[in-house]
Amino acid sequence: MNYKLVVGLEMHCEMKSNSKVFSPASNIYNKVANANVNEICLGLPGILPNVNEECVRKAIMASLILGCEVPQYLMFDRKNYYYPDLPKGYQITQATMPIGTKGSIDIECQGKIIPISIQDIHLEEDSAALDHLDSISLIDYNRAGVPLLECVTDPCMHSAEEAVAFLDTMCRIYQYTDISDADTKKGQIRCDVNVSLQDENGNFITPKVEVKNVNSLGNVRDTILYEEKRQWELYLQGKTDELIQETRRFDEETGTTIHMRSKVDAIDYKYFVEPNIPPIKIDDEYVKSIKKQIPMLALERKMLYINKYGLDEVDANIIVKDIKNADYFEACINLGIDAKIASNWLNGLIVAYINKEEMSLDDFYLRPNLLKQIIDKLNDNTISSKQAKEIFFKSLEERKEPKEFISKENSQITDVKIIEDIIDNILANNESQIVEYQNGRTNVFDFFVGQVMKATKGKANPVITKELLHQKIDK
Amino acid sequence: MDYLNNDLESLHNSLVNGEISSQYLIANSIDKIKLYNDKINAFNLICEDAQPVDITEDVLSGIPFAMKDNISTKGVKTTSCSNTLKDYVPVYDATCYKNLKKHGAIMIGKTNLDELAMGGSGMTCNTGVVNNPWDTKRITGGSSAGSAAAVALGIVPYAIGSDTGDSIRKPAAYCGVVGYKPSYGLVSRYGLFAFASSLDHIGVFSRNVKDSAIVIDAMKGADEKDMTSIRDMDDVSLTASINGNVKGKKLFYIKEICNPDNYDNEDAKTILKDFNDTLKKVQDLGIEVCEESIDFNLLNAIKPIYDCISCAEATSNDSNLTGIIFGPRGKGASVMEMMKDHRTNGFSSLIKRRFIIGSFVLQKENQEKYFLNAKRVRKLICDKMNELFNKYDGLILPCSASCAPLQEKCTDKIIRGNAYDVIMENHLAIGNFGGYPSITIPNGFIHEMPTGINITGAFKDDANILNIAYAIENSLGYKNQIVKEVK
Repeated sequence: MNYKLVVGLEMHCEMKSNSKVFSPASNIYNKVANANVNEICLGLPGILPNVNEECVRKAIMASLILGCEVPQYLMFDRKNYYYPDLPKGYQITQATMPIGTKGSIDIECQGKIIPISIQDIHLEEDSAALDHLDSISLIDYNRAGVPLLECVTDPCMHSAEEAVAFLDTMCRIYQYTDISDADTKKGQIRCDVNVSLQDENGNFITPKVEVKNVNSLGNVRDTILYEEKRQWELYLQGKTDELIQETRRFDEETGTTIHMRSKVDAIDYKYFVEPNIPPIKIDDEYVKSIKKQIPMLALERKMLYINKYGLDEVDANIIVKDIKNADYFEACINLGIDAKIASNWLNGLIVAYINKEEMSLDDFYLRPNLLKQIIDKLNDNTISSKQAKEIFFKSLEERKEPKEFISKENSQITDVKIIEDIIDNILANNESQIVEYQNGRTNVFDFFVGQVMKATKGKANPVITKELLHQKIDK
Repeated sequence: MDYLNNDLESLHNSLVNGEISSQYLIANSIDKIKLYNDKINAFNLICEDAQPVDITEDVLSGIPFAMKDNISTKGVKTTSCSNTLKDYVPVYDATCYKNLKKHGAIMIGKTNLDELAMGGSGMTCNTGVVNNPWDTKRITGGSSAGSAAAVALGIVPYAIGSDTGDSIRKPAAYCGVVGYKPSYGLVSRYGLFAFASSLDHIGVFSRNVKDSAIVIDAMKGADEKDMTSIRDMDDVSLTASINGNVKGKKLFYIKEICNPDNYDNEDAKTILKDFNDTLKKVQDLGIEVCEESIDFNLLNAIKPIYDCISCAEATSNDSNLTGIIFGPRGKGASVMEMMKDHRTNGFSSLIKRRFIIGSFVLQKENQEKYFLNAKRVRKLICDKMNELFNKYDGLILPCSASCAPLQEKCTDKIIRGNAYDVIMENHLAIGNFGGYPSITIPNGFIHEMPTGINITGAFKDDANILNIAYAIENSLGYKNQIVKEVK
């Protein structure tokens, strides 16, 4: 018997904004705990929410990108439950009228384009962050009230790869639109993963299991693979009493999922419309203006790089993976750098460097205009590619512009007359080697090149040097 | 001479003339709090360090006032008379308090209220019972009990209150003072400890209508911190709108509420007779008064709707009271146990009853039947009232079927009495359902205890309602009345 895996995702993404979603407290990432906090974040008596327009605009943009229907009114609801990380005892979210419903987004998975249908996308506030130590727990309210976009898919995915590809696509959308950095390292992406199995006829053979709060793409994949295996094995063993509709959590250390609560213990969140936020009309002109602000997204850019700039698919794929790389690449093009050369530098030395240094391209010292200093000198043969590399690293190391290292002293010797004089001098002193070469010991050629380089401290242009040598000693 | 018994404008003139100083008023007010507090228990905190301010053109400058203890005042303990907020000192100012300070007003103390503003007697404060200054065996009504008593005693010329069902307008009637709840959102709610957000209002007690207008003028204003605050009335001056010119205005009363045959007790009949006498005086002012009938089912729904919506919102609003971030920490092995302990021991059983009702009506399986239906019927009532407010300037009704009840007769039990009694005691909540401006003014006495009438008008029609109330007040003869002697 065969089975079919069925996966649905609820993807939470922390949004980028100056202030929090319902308060003027700062939403700029702060490593110091409880620094981005005011009375609203703490849910002190008497506080009221004030909706952040920037977040609403970005949420509508996400809704439009996903092809969702945007409602006529902006409305929020309260989700009521008690937990130490929830200062007000309720979360302001959208249940009655999400900012987007019934959408779809194409993802690319293993070479195929697959549409993923979106149930809804909604704007809500994050809770505080809890850190459980041995005997105490710490609460960081910096995260309380941080804007979250929750995107809920239909149970329409059938492999861990599809789920990861979907998340990857969404992250890129958020990054490209500046909705979020979608940085899993900062815990900005958290997913609830719903997994169940169907038989060949599409009948569910296991009940839906929801795995809460999975916090990286890799963990989502591991969660799905583990649940798939766990559920199928229990099914094969006939242990149907263990197959229950339940909520579980992913345990990173063991790579397994652990039971939290079953459906009978499900919390009644007693949703009701947030009375402190009157319904706000979302007019068509506003939506249209947001639509116009949607930047070119990854897939579109990729096609442009292939069709207009002549990159191959592999290079184009690498560049669009991150909007920072795509923007860097486009800045290079705008400065007049050849697309292929820009792509080679970016996907080669630059990516290798920032990966090694574990840094962001944003913090990379050699901006396109500085990179151009190297490429220009390489193009007009002032420096060799070996020198170019050296200057690249020297410039990064000393944080000085590349041109500082391209002086007369270390520039290449390209003057044919000078090189010719040097070659003549060397040939005159090494006649026996010329004979050897002419008798077929071709590797002696390298000896002569080496001699020229030694005489010029490596500055003779190698191409010119080789050309002249061939002219002079080839029969 | 006791200046604090004067109205605001004459007090202001005395300050400007140099007859008296702000310092004198502060000291006088504090003396009076201390003089009466053992008997009345209006205050739970005296601002002993209150500082005089420069007297400006602002009428409120240099004059003391009392603040209901559920409004956030930075650095000044605010407990909402609940053990869950014992010793809580806010870190920010409510917008209304900020505005009052801008006008030079001086907070002299914090007044007692029914715990978390949930109650109508003034008997359920964690600090004990607030006694009615006209007769200490009787209740003040609530929840703004201490504020009503403070104004009736002349401790302050005005006091700030909050009103979710009738929490200003009922105690105003029982204590023989003016109680005004402006349109929803005219005064920002930012900093008011929420009871039921869609019904909550900040308002004022004073001893005459004009003083109420002056105070609300100072407190009102669009506030970016309150998304429900009114944006287009910043330029309206309520005080300036008061001219006493009411000829041609039209008021209505509700037939079902004002028919003496619907009531068994004699007090109700007396109150309705007084009400009718007042209506004659109102007509003498050139105001047309008409009788309108409203579907009994709508009237009968007022109390249950109020209970459903207010308890539902309250159970959610008060979920922040866990003792984790503020308030006394509960005991327990886990955080959840600590929260449970804090709430179990912190709230009175009356509060718990409201939370249980609120949770019940919000539960998935009940919400449609109770909470959502309550919201629908609330809308039906407002639709009906809006229709009537298109025809009339306002609604005039007695505030209660009796004077302030004796404390010994007040009980926690839910009594299902005569439907009309229930309607009479709860109709003021209509003003909260629609966010209507609504004002209670004194209307004489029964059993030597004050009674009140209420005038309610269309949303944002505050200036008109105040002007009508002002004219009626002048024709009744209870303006600026004050308790002469505490018995």
